[in-house]
Amino acid sequence: MTEVKYTFDWNLVLTGQYGDWMLQGLLLTLKISAVSIVLAMLMGTIVAVFRLSKVRPLIWFSAGYTEFFRNTPLLVQIFFWYFGSEAVLPKAVNTWLYKQDFEFAAGCIALTVYTSAFIAEEIRSGIFAIPKNQLEASRAVGLSFIQSYRYVILPQAFRIIIPPLISQFLNLIKNSSLVMTIGVADLTYMARQVESYTFHGFESFTVATLIYLAISLVVSFTITMYNKHFLRQITY
Amino acid sequence: MHWDIVWQNFDYFLWGAFPQGPLGGLAASILLAALGIFGAFWLGLAAGLMRLSKRIWVQIPSIVYIEIIRGVPLLMLIFWFYFLAPVILGRRLPEFECALVALIVFTGAYIGEIVRAGVQSLPRGQMEAARGTGLSHAQAMTHIILPQALRNMIPSFVNQFVSLTKDTSLAYIIGVNELTKAATTVNNRTVVAPTEIFITIALLYFVVCYVLTSASRRMEKHLSRYQARGR
Repeated sequence: MTEVKYTFDWNLVLTGQYGDWMLQGLLLTLKISAVSIVLAMLMGTIVAVFRLSKVRPLIWFSAGYTEFFRNTPLLVQIFFWYFGSEAVLPKAVNTWLYKQDFEFAAGCIALTVYTSAFIAEEIRSGIFAIPKNQLEASRAVGLSFIQSYRYVILPQAFRIIIPPLISQFLNLIKNSSLVMTIGVADLTYMARQVESYTFHGFESFTVATLIYLAISLVVSFTITMYNKHFLRQITY
Repeated sequence: MHWDIVWQNFDYFLWGAFPQGPLGGLAASILLAALGIFGAFWLGLAAGLMRLSKRIWVQIPSIVYIEIIRGVPLLMLIFWFYFLAPVILGRRLPEFECALVALIVFTGAYIGEIVRAGVQSLPRGQMEAARGTGLSHAQAMTHIILPQALRNMIPSFVNQFVSLTKDTSLAYIIGVNELTKAATTVNNRTVVAPTEIFITIALLYFVVCYVLTSASRRMEKHLSRYQARGR
C-alpha cells in the first residue's frame, strides 16, 4: 500500500486560470438552470392544464407524460436527447440545434422535460387543494368560469404551490450537474477538469460543493421565510 | 430502425455477461439499489432519531449531515468518494463499493427526514400514554412509536427506493457496470441505433419504477385506514 502525500493549495483553484474555469462553470450552471426553469414552468403548466381539462386524449397524454418522465433516470433522458434525438425531433429542428450549441440544447431539453413532469404534478395538486366549493361559490356570485379561476382559484393555488415549485427549481439546479456527462462545461465539469489538470481535486471539489451548498441554503431559507410570512394567512 | 440490435443485446441489458462474467445490466442496478436502501434505512433511522432528540449535541451532527447532503448534487458526492477516498484512506475503493457508499450516504439524509416527519406525524398522546403506563422513553420509542411510525412510512420508503433506483444510473459515471453503462457500451459498439437503445433502457427503468410507485400508492390508501389520529 503506497502512502498518498497531499499538500493543499487553495490559491491554485481560486485564482488564475483555474479560478476562471470554476467561475465560467458556475455561470454556465446558472445559465442552463435559468433557461431550463423558464421552459420547464411553461411545459409543466401546459401539461397540468391538459390534466385538468375535460378532454380525454389530453388527460391521457398528460398522465403518460408525467408518469414516464418521472419514472426514468435523468441521465438516461440526457443520453436519449443527446444521442437519439434525431429520430424523434423534426429534421429542421435538429439541423437548427446542431448549428447552435448542441450539448447545451440537449441538456436543456432533458432538464426541461424531466422537471416539467414534476412541476405539472405540483401545479395539479395545488389546484386540487383548493376546495371545490370555492369554485361553486364564485360561480354563484356571478363570475364566469375563467374569471373564477383567474380571481379566486389560481391566486390561492399559487400561494400553496410556490414553496414546492421553488424546491423543484432547486432540484433542477442540482440535477444540472449531470449535463457534464455530455460535455457541457458546467461547475461539476470544471471541478473535474481542474482535478485532472492539477491533481488538486480536494480543493476544486470543495469549492464546487460549497457553491452548490450556498445556492441550496439560500433557496431553502427563502422557502422557510415564505412559509412563515405568507402561508399561514391561508385558511379554509 | 435497428430493433434487432436491441433484441440481440437484450440479455446483456438484463443481467450483463452474468453466468460467464460479472453481473451487470438491470440486475446490477437493482442490486445496487437494494443494498443502498438497506444501508440508507439504518443510517436514516439513526439520523432521524438523532434529529428528534432534545439534547442539542446529539441534534447538531444530524442537522449538519442532513442539510449538507440535501444541498449537494449526488454526482458531487460520488466524486467525493471516488476521487477523494484515496486521499483520505490512502487507497482506492472499488467502483461498486464507492457508488454504494455514496448512494447510502445520500439517501440516508432523505430517509432521516422521512423518519422525522413520520414520528412527528403521530399524535403526541401516543408517547404520553406510553410514558404514563411506565415505559421508559427508549422503550416507548421501540415498542409504541416506531412500529406505528415505520408502518406509516412504508410508502415514502418505496418512493425513496424508486428515486434510488433512478439514481443508480449515476454510478455509470465512475464506471460501475450497470444498466446505463451497458447501454452506452452497446451504443458505442454498434453506433447506428442510439434512439432504440436508449428508449429500451428508459423503458426498463420505467417498468421497475412504475410498478413500485403504483404499489406504494395502493399501500398508502390501505395503510391510511389504520393510522392513529389526534383529536
